[in-house]
Amino acid sequence: MADEQKPGGSEAPGPQGSTPPKPPAPAADTAKAAPPKPAAGHAAPPKPPATMAASPWDSDLARDLKERFGDSIRETSTYLGQNFVVVKPDAAIAVLEHLKLEADFDYLVDITAVDWPKRAERFDLVYIVYSFARNERVRVKTMIAESYRPETAVGVHLTANWLEREVFDMFGIEFAGHPDLRRILLPEEWQGYPLRKDYSILQQDQRWVQENLGIESGQ
Amino acid sequence: MGPQHPSTHGVLRVILKLDGEKVLGTDCIIGYLHRGVEKIAENRTYAQFNPYVDRMDYVAAVSNGLGYCLAVEKLLNVEAPPRAQAVRVILTELNRIASHLLWLGTHALDIGAITPVFYCLREREEALKIFENYCGARLTTHAFRIGGLQYETYDGFEKEVLAFCDMFLPKVDEYEELLTNNRIWVGRLQNVGILSADECKEFGVTGPVLRAAGVKWDLRKAQPYSGYEKYEFDIPTRENGDTYDRYIVRMQEMRQSVRIMRQAVGAIPEGPILGKVGKVIKPPVGEAYVSIEAPKGELGYYVVSDGSTQPYRVRVRPPSFVNLQALDRMVRGGLVADVVAVIGTLDIVLGEVDR
Repeated sequence: MADEQKPGGSEAPGPQGSTPPKPPAPAADTAKAAPPKPAAGHAAPPKPPATMAASPWDSDLARDLKERFGDSIRETSTYLGQNFVVVKPDAAIAVLEHLKLEADFDYLVDITAVDWPKRAERFDLVYIVYSFARNERVRVKTMIAESYRPETAVGVHLTANWLEREVFDMFGIEFAGHPDLRRILLPEEWQGYPLRKDYSILQQDQRWVQENLGIESGQ
Repeated sequence: MGPQHPSTHGVLRVILKLDGEKVLGTDCIIGYLHRGVEKIAENRTYAQFNPYVDRMDYVAAVSNGLGYCLAVEKLLNVEAPPRAQAVRVILTELNRIASHLLWLGTHALDIGAITPVFYCLREREEALKIFENYCGARLTTHAFRIGGLQYETYDGFEKEVLAFCDMFLPKVDEYEELLTNNRIWVGRLQNVGILSADECKEFGVTGPVLRAAGVKWDLRKAQPYSGYEKYEFDIPTRENGDTYDRYIVRMQEMRQSVRIMRQAVGAIPEGPILGKVGKVIKPPVGEAYVSIEAPKGELGYYVVSDGSTQPYRVRVRPPSFVNLQALDRMVRGGLVADVVAVIGTLDIVLGEVDR
């Protein structure tokens, strides 16, 4: 497939999968990939790069961000034609505000997180913004440690209110300064954060289920 | 209000703070239909997760499936063949009509007009029959596969779609005759639940709600996918951003959908229906965000691959969830009875809000 165009620039600081080692992937792969693809065996290690094969994102906006925020911008890259910026956690809100006020990125599409439990900075916190004027989308990503409390984005985009509540609900990331940080989809007394990788798919808050639903288990 | 209230279209609970009839504030309690769809995704292969997405916005399952397939195709860096793209467009637009019809019928029912729901469901049935003939299912269709389609179109597919188009346009006029100038309808909807263009952007509100506020923005035009750039259609907009304008916008969208379907069905290219994706879907390490214009607004999928056969993370950006957040702004200062009208006009599906 088309991951051959591994450009020279940016495999070093690969934000995504650089640190999480992936021992299970090749194992599962040998079992499954053998029958359909007899030619490309697994003797030679031709393709799968362990990090996202992103290339540097060269544009006025990227340069502007670097100039303005300096060291806080860890990376400006593009992958599959989609641009993203990796910023230091304490600069995320300032970058969002700058994008909104100076570059017309006035629509916060989504906030979400990705859990990388083996990494020191456990979570990727991802903001997706869009500009109606430019018809352009940018992802702003930060990597935060489990104990880190990122600043809320509600002051910049009102949309962030529920989106951050959902991230809190599912990942347990607490947003500092959020006006109403409660669980949103799960019951308020629920224990645990389901979208963390160490939360098994069969896991549940047994006590809550027994007390509130009057049944032994939800399974 | 709720969770078992007929006008909440599912299980939505809204705590209203009232002063007599006047709404002072709201608090939405959601999550009754939460099934952990995003968690399930991490424990299924890419192909196995495909049918699950139909269970989010279950009245527009085809759109859900299209968004997910496009996202995974983006990660794989493949495109569905032209024939598959054309069939996808036809079915997705047909689904938009089905979704809008269900909205119209139930919305009118909420306002107190009982007749339209019978008409709307009658026509929706015709659309669902085409789905059933195509893939065997009426609602949770699982119509598309990653890389294209699983099924070829059946004999007479084009004819049935065209027959639907011919039958349907006069019906839209019929609905409009019942409602558009109806004094009660206009009285209940006009200047109710106003959301300005700036407010829409602040709240991330998309879809017909945004267009009714005057923003000419539709992802099918702004960032065309699946060959939408080949078809001629307009983006209906209005100015006031009230409940009535949202009604008008959706009515016109149904006409535009017919227009797209007519063009697409007349020019389905020959060729394969499934691209080169291989039996085992294993995208390279990376991430992608792909969004489409679902009947309710921007439906996005943010998929992270760790190079294995299962997605590392699938985030669904649901239009209903984000749009529902604006409810508070829309009903504050209005009357209790208008809350029902505004929930109806937001066109939320709780399966998608809660996932």
